[in-house]
Amino acid sequence: MGLLSSSLSVARYRVEGEIEGSLVETVKQGLKKNAVTEIEDEYAEITIGWTPFESPFEPDFEKFTFTFGTYFLFTLRIDKKSVPSKIVQKQVAMEITKRLKESGREFVSKNEKTDIKEMITEKLMRQMPSVPNMYDVLWIPEDNSLMFCTTQKAANEELETLFKNSFKLKLIRLFPFTMADGCKDFSDQDRDKIAKLVPIKYSR
Amino acid sequence: MLDIAVAYNKYKFLGNEFLTWLWYVIENEISINELTKIKDKQIVLKIGNSIVLENSLGDDAKEKISIKGDDAGLEEGTMALKKGGVVTEINLNLKIDEAEYRFTIKGESMNITGLKTPPSGKIEGPDEVEGAVLEKIFLCSNVFEIVDALYSSYIKRRISDNWTAGDLAAMRKWVQI
Repeated sequence: MGLLSSSLSVARYRVEGEIEGSLVETVKQGLKKNAVTEIEDEYAEITIGWTPFESPFEPDFEKFTFTFGTYFLFTLRIDKKSVPSKIVQKQVAMEITKRLKESGREFVSKNEKTDIKEMITEKLMRQMPSVPNMYDVLWIPEDNSLMFCTTQKAANEELETLFKNSFKLKLIRLFPFTMADGCKDFSDQDRDKIAKLVPIKYSR
Repeated sequence: MLDIAVAYNKYKFLGNEFLTWLWYVIENEISINELTKIKDKQIVLKIGNSIVLENSLGDDAKEKISIKGDDAGLEEGTMALKKGGVVTEINLNLKIDEAEYRFTIKGESMNITGLKTPPSGKIEGPDEVEGAVLEKIFLCSNVFEIVDALYSSYIKRRISDNWTAGDLAAMRKWVQI
């Protein structure tokens, strides 16, 4: 999902809001404060944070830059743990067999089965290493735009939340309405007309 | 400003209508340079290797027509247009002067996927990263500049008083051919 990959998928945003003081310094502090943590929390299902573009596994914004020319480029890293359902199924079946054998019962209750499943899932989650996914973020301050190198819905939602928390700026996703509504080519009168548009049929 | 989710759903038809108009523009060899008002480079746009159309059949039922493959015939697509379909996704080949780009646009989100820019030099060392990044940004910006200018041109036409008698009439004539 990298900017430099040969095939790129892009979701685009408009950045809304103002930063008081030094933009570069504020962005740097926001990135540092919300950098992805390398210490794995064994109970956390998901860990999200920023990391430098050039250093996905060493989130050090003092050592690596996020400024490239007049652009800001950094990476959103989402580390996620997931346990394949078939492993859970197998472990649950093994635990049930073990319990039945030990107690001499013929079946386990629905509630007990749910408890076993929860216990197994939690145990496996702790043991499972998280899988990192990296998505590059290109911020163009001169026109308040931003390019996110994935169109995955979940990753875009995480970006919007973390960006707001990090820089106190709002990301407006660009799609047909926001592209037209935010376009400098249009007057307020044009915007009223755009808001009143309804679908048409190109066929007769 | 409308709630974002409401605005997304209410106006996603605009993206699909834009892509349908784009197909009309390409088929009728209407100058992209004139539409975008970009004069300093030669722009040529062609349909790439896929196009997806959707036709609403009422009661939330939809007919979806996907055409894939290099040099694929678009007869099923034109048939779908005649039945009231719109383009929901299109793969495009964009040529800016001698540089070639390929990408797919999805109408409802205007997301760009599978963007292939002209090849740039390999990065041999850390010193070359910044140059490669700036080059890639420049190449991507070329695509966005043209897509944005085309979309703006479409919206201007769509809200103009001349829309029904001008572009819409011409498109309806094209659809029926």
